[in-house]
Amino acid sequence: MDGFLVQIINGLQYGLLLFLISSGLTLIFGVMGVINLAHGSLFMIGAYLAYVVAGITGDFWLAPPAAIVGGLGFGAVLERVLFQRFRNREHLDQVLLTFALILLFEEARASLVGNEFHAVAVPALLDFSVPVVGGFAYSAYRIAVLGICLLVAAGMVLFLGRTRVGASIRAAAENPEMVDLLGIDARLIHTLVFAAGTALAMLAGALAAPLQSVYPGMGDSILIASFIVVVIGGLGSVGGAFWAALLVGLIDTLGQVYFPQIAGIAVCGLMALVLSWRPTGLFSRA
Amino acid sequence: MPSISRRSILAGASGSVITAALATPAIAQGVPLKIGLMLPFSGTFAALGEAIASAFDLHLKELDGKMGGRPVELVRVDDESNPAKAPSLVNRLLGRDKVDALVGTVHSGVVMALVQAAREQQLPLIIPNAGNVAATRELCAPSVFRSSFSNWQPAYGMGKALAAKGVKKAAWVTWDYAAGKESGDGFGDGLRSGGAELTKVLTLPFPETNFQPILAQLPGLGVEAVGAFFAGGGAIQFVKDYAAAGLREKLPLCGSGFLTEGVLKPQGAAAEGLQTALHYGDGIDNPKNIAFRAAFKSFSTHDADVYAVQGYDAAQMLAVGLAATKGDASAVKDFAAAIRAATIDSPRGAFTVSASHNPIQTIWLREARNGENRVVGPAVEALADPGTGCTMT
Amino acid sequence: MTRLGPRGNLFLAAAALVLASMPYWSGLYDMQLASTALIAAMFALSLQILTGAAGLVSLAHAGFFGVGAYTVYLLGAGSIFVTLPAAMLSAGIAAAVIGPIALRTRGFYFLMTTLAFGQMLFFLFHDTPLGGGADGVFLTRPSMMWTVTKSARPAVFLLLNLVTLSLMYLGLWWLMGTMFGHALLGIRINEDRMRATGHDVQRLKLIAFIVSGALAGLAGHMAALTDAFVSPEILDWHHSAEALLMILLGGIGVLHGPIVGAFALTLVREFGQSVTERQRLIEGMVILAAVLLLRRGLAGWRR
Repeated sequence: MDGFLVQIINGLQYGLLLFLISSGLTLIFGVMGVINLAHGSLFMIGAYLAYVVAGITGDFWLAPPAAIVGGLGFGAVLERVLFQRFRNREHLDQVLLTFALILLFEEARASLVGNEFHAVAVPALLDFSVPVVGGFAYSAYRIAVLGICLLVAAGMVLFLGRTRVGASIRAAAENPEMVDLLGIDARLIHTLVFAAGTALAMLAGALAAPLQSVYPGMGDSILIASFIVVVIGGLGSVGGAFWAALLVGLIDTLGQVYFPQIAGIAVCGLMALVLSWRPTGLFSRA
Repeated sequence: MPSISRRSILAGASGSVITAALATPAIAQGVPLKIGLMLPFSGTFAALGEAIASAFDLHLKELDGKMGGRPVELVRVDDESNPAKAPSLVNRLLGRDKVDALVGTVHSGVVMALVQAAREQQLPLIIPNAGNVAATRELCAPSVFRSSFSNWQPAYGMGKALAAKGVKKAAWVTWDYAAGKESGDGFGDGLRSGGAELTKVLTLPFPETNFQPILAQLPGLGVEAVGAFFAGGGAIQFVKDYAAAGLREKLPLCGSGFLTEGVLKPQGAAAEGLQTALHYGDGIDNPKNIAFRAAFKSFSTHDADVYAVQGYDAAQMLAVGLAATKGDASAVKDFAAAIRAATIDSPRGAFTVSASHNPIQTIWLREARNGENRVVGPAVEALADPGTGCTMT
Repeated sequence: MTRLGPRGNLFLAAAALVLASMPYWSGLYDMQLASTALIAAMFALSLQILTGAAGLVSLAHAGFFGVGAYTVYLLGAGSIFVTLPAAMLSAGIAAAVIGPIALRTRGFYFLMTTLAFGQMLFFLFHDTPLGGGADGVFLTRPSMMWTVTKSARPAVFLLLNLVTLSLMYLGLWWLMGTMFGHALLGIRINEDRMRATGHDVQRLKLIAFIVSGALAGLAGHMAALTDAFVSPEILDWHHSAEALLMILLGGIGVLHGPIVGAFALTLVREFGQSVTERQRLIEGMVILAAVLLLRRGLAGWRR
């Protein structure tokens, strides 16, 4: 059973990465009422950005800040140019618009960086392993990612809970009409939330690059997982996304160990279970 | 008889014996022979497709652009390694472009569409990579040949070499798809041939690269070595994660050659000293190989790799078969008989084909050293795929 | 969503006649291409009664298509009179299992839930031994009343697909004129009002979901019959999104829109394939154009 402890750490680490992606997704849903199927592609873009930045500068540590800054800018532009116009459109239009973005992002990736798998080297500073139980060593970089994700999560809690802007975002996520009543510039909040969500997804991609290589279509599987997290946690609930992400991460990891052939189905089954109990997720107020 | 009538005869009753008899004298030597080259030119395997196509072109150039006395016209199709699109692409090659012979492909799902068409239409098909065993076992056909390998072969070589070193128990790690499973079977058969056994097979869904849950199970399995089949990015990540988990010292890692093929640079130190088995490697010391590598380098500006060798040999096999029928691709019987009788002078070492049309070849044991897969020696010589279930009709 | 009047249906019938005469004037490849478009049209049309009529955007639909197609494989060789009902039945059952859970949710939850369930079906055939592997498998075509020679196949399948699509269209045309059809349309316009006026909205939606799933299974069956090949890719949610695109392209407001959309998209793709290898670029641009400019769809152009 020594391996079990390691598997738990694996599950937590995957879950925390999922949280980075789905927290942005859930806020965008909650505040803007927009479904973004291209959120997984943002993760992919972040990973490729890390590959390119690390390749050019030779320093991986520049990649996460680059992903955050790039994500904020890219997200703001996307929101102003496209998503703002689609807030009040039908779901069908939103689905197809963001589906088109997936295709175009993949095409852009293919023309700019090509279609090969690329490994991204673990930063030299953390390129060692820490022995844990059972003769198994754990990569220091994995532990660092775990820590960074926890820091970001704590930062989000502080920001949403302790600042005025954070409070308005939370209010908006729970009740979109509230924003206007509170006299806050709704447009600014929208742009901010979308930009932050994009930055988080791209940061997750950058952090994941040394862990899982970068490859075409890498955003697709993570997209499904983060949608499940958002559904389980409840639309617009960052806290819900946190616990749901850990749950999904653990179940997926342990499923792969003990029932490898139905690991993909196990997580969907969990979602079905939650939905038949609470149709709006575990942590929603509705 | 003008060439156009041959086409309409073929379209009307392709594959029948009568057609072949009628058509043979009708072939004008100057009429181009259309060869459909269906390969991945985009997507994950694009680099492999390019290498195969370049090497095919190289041999065609050596033959002055002719096979069986007829000028060759290539129709290139990008299959994107997407099995769902394969049937319609094959329809396109046969129905619209009306090709006389097929060459392709890399992906083992996509190749099934080609095999299906070649069986139905009795069209020559040379498979320059895809190693799924079915193509030269239960789905074998007189007109279908492979210039590469069956998934079973390299892993069998590795298993045998491992048993020869005294390992008694080993585990196999791979993606849960046909190529992974079939190479696992080969690994097990190879181990057993040397008195050892395969005690555990661990898989994860293709093409996931989250190897941690699997790696953490390995120390508890009670095996002495671990074999793996991964390719491309998965191979890079697996070898690195394996080293990072501190397993290299405790459990020696080995694998089918694709584990280190074309990915040694990004794998870096994590792959140094890794032993793998494949039908090709660096430093095979025969004149053909040396000449081929030089020619390929100047022709395509890339270094030759195993995929280039397979593409080159696909062209050689097709040329041998077509020479025997004077360029008539529909004379399947003579076409097949010629290739079966031939010894293909391959850069990997000369080979012949087995009764089920797969190369009988040496599987080399290689060791990763300074970015090269240096050949250590043969893991097993003249290895033929069992060809179980193949009945040629 | 409106239905075509007699004159419009006459026009569709004329188009069907042109397709039916293809064996007399066109090449094999063009007939295969027409079959591809017909199957795409069946698939999109099956989704139209959910999306166009009841306003439910489902991303699980490719899953039902795939269940129908894989049923042919799982049954092994058999008569088409067995495989066809079996494919519709199994897809209908899958929809009847997923429907009640998915329909507990509304709006975005419904979208995401169907996405996850669709992927669950995808994983079922992709990762477990049930479906014959991730690479896809060739299957033995079901037998029909008479033996079809290889050379006659494209023509026979073209006609078979044409007849199937026509029957499906006529069936749905009739259905949308019934009380059930009107009630579905009512849900799209104002769900709460329908509920308030005593309609069992949940039950209506579930019936539509199951009918739509079974028809998608029929489309999948015809695809398996035509290609003699199935792969997990056909269950991927991208395939569902393509059906939605055909609906939007043809016009969400008209019953026959998906048919127009399917043929338009198939032709655009075929054309795109001959000019560029950048398929995704073309498809992405088509969607952007459809979403931004063509909000009524091709079939709604004149209104």
